[in-house]
Amino acid sequence: MSSRENILAAIKGIAVEQKALPEIPDFGVQGELTETFIQSILGNKGEVLSKVEFESWLPKAGFSKIVSLSFHFPEASTLTLPEDPHELEDLGLAILDGQFGVAENGAIWLEDDNLGLRALPFITEHLVIVLDRKNLVETMHQGYNRIADAVSGFGVFIAGPSKTADIEQSLVIGAHGAKSLRVVLV
Amino acid sequence: MSHPENAAEFLKDQAKSKWHDETLWFVRDKRDRISKTIPEWEELRNLASGIKDNVLANLGSYLEDFERNAQKNGIQVHWAKDGEEHNQIVLDILQKQNCNAIVKSKSILTEECHLNPFLEKHGVDVVDTDLGERIVQLLHQPPSHIVLPAIHLKKGEISALFHEKLLTEKGNEDPAYLTQAARLHLREKFLKAKVALTGVNFGVAETGEFVVCTNEGNADMGVHLADVHIASMGIEKIIPRRKDLGVFLRLLARSATGQPVTNYNSHFRSPSPGKELHIILVDNGRTAQLAREKFKNSLKCIRCGACMNTCPIYRRSGGFSYDSTVPGPIGSILSPGLDMKKHSTLPFASTLCGSCSDVCPVKINIHEQLFEWRQEITKTHGEMGKGLSMKLANGIFKSPLAYKISGNLMRAALKALPDSLIYHPINAWGKGRNLPETPKESFQQWYQKNRS
Repeated sequence: MSSRENILAAIKGIAVEQKALPEIPDFGVQGELTETFIQSILGNKGEVLSKVEFESWLPKAGFSKIVSLSFHFPEASTLTLPEDPHELEDLGLAILDGQFGVAENGAIWLEDDNLGLRALPFITEHLVIVLDRKNLVETMHQGYNRIADAVSGFGVFIAGPSKTADIEQSLVIGAHGAKSLRVVLV
Repeated sequence: MSHPENAAEFLKDQAKSKWHDETLWFVRDKRDRISKTIPEWEELRNLASGIKDNVLANLGSYLEDFERNAQKNGIQVHWAKDGEEHNQIVLDILQKQNCNAIVKSKSILTEECHLNPFLEKHGVDVVDTDLGERIVQLLHQPPSHIVLPAIHLKKGEISALFHEKLLTEKGNEDPAYLTQAARLHLREKFLKAKVALTGVNFGVAETGEFVVCTNEGNADMGVHLADVHIASMGIEKIIPRRKDLGVFLRLLARSATGQPVTNYNSHFRSPSPGKELHIILVDNGRTAQLAREKFKNSLKCIRCGACMNTCPIYRRSGGFSYDSTVPGPIGSILSPGLDMKKHSTLPFASTLCGSCSDVCPVKINIHEQLFEWRQEITKTHGEMGKGLSMKLANGIFKSPLAYKISGNLMRAALKALPDSLIYHPINAWGKGRNLPETPKESFQQWYQKNRS
């Protein structure tokens, strides 16, 4: 017998009392949605900007290599998306559109269509995610309701910049992925 | 070595063990505070436990659903009965790619399977990419905690290590500086890697997708730059529905580190065009544990580490004292199932205070299982060190007269006897503890004088 058959046969031979799968209530959050979301992002060491604030920040930040896949800021790109993600090694900034944000924890959902290349939000030195205020949900439960049966090869909830506390529990931002996350609420 | 012997070793550096204790308590405190901000916290724990009960009752059919859906999505599914088979599958994939290097993100399962030494023996350069895991790997140590792998180290030790291995400035202990050095060092590895391996936090039966959670982004840096992604998954990591992720992701990071969610929660459903995605479903003792009625609930574990952070023994004895891949309370109920003889002292490394069960996000009755394992182990391996004194105490407590006489005797004796006798090795309670000061009279004598 193959290991597959062995494992499945072993499981079949064990009598485990049947338990029904519980239904999940639609838990919400207390407090105003946008404000809760903003506080969550700040707590995760990200920043939240308005469109105006972002537009004044971008030229001052002085990035030479920018990839923008955002429908709101198509003109911000300084290079086109390569085929090989290794060419993004020295990318300064990626600007992406998020599908929706979760107020309780600041997690923002992106799929292949938003990412261009899956490596993009990780390999870039700094990350901006543009999010429509209308696309905020309360908790992860509403988040997964929203994703529902959508089919994407890859999807990710991003909630903040790359971080670690592996040295004496001291929080350091910028471990391997993006060193900052700015969320632009439009 | 037994748990008490290893713990004694850890406790030799008192300042460090005190720091260890306080730091983990700080993490536990963060978990408490954030859980109190969620009014439905206890309901979420009940739901998570209920979902996992359903998983354990239907594990086979969920695994088959998962396999079918994953294959439909273009994922190559492998099955491994044990660590050896798992390791061979990984090596075969590497050899098919003519590849002798691999980058890994955190996977307790590959620690359990001893993948790294196996691959190294076959000439593969293995690079752990989680910062904490890279640190312990460079020291040739295993992780001492499943979420905080290098929590047993002080920054001075890491600074010295990085000075030697990564040529950082001597004596620079700034965590930001050291992290930046590791970022540069590991980025080079990510860019060169052809094959990347990750663990799996959750596998979803209804979609065939799986989820990997990190804060550093190292799992994603590895797999999206490599041509081949291998995911190692214990068969108990399966959950039925995509919406169940809502429950588990709300609990996982809050329980683990007191943060509302990990910063990267990646859902893998099919490979990027032109790339390969493999998943290895590993048993390695899990079906045997499922068959143990009293212990099967231990398979609900989502590896958050909350039971370690809260455990008064773990905090004071350190992860290495357990000498098992998963340390702490959950490790002490998982490991005896794998090797009862080797891990026979672990279920005794507990005060049975129950704090582990109280913080567990999937409500595993950890302290009750510790007690059950004690009975199994005593049946198999006989009485432990306290057996003789327990028998004596039993005789004394049974007879009121013996109790009265021995009470008087002890009050006199403890004052008169030299410490060398009281703290003699034969008295297990004198080890690491001060005996209480003895009152002049018994409670009964005091009561007769003052209240009767």
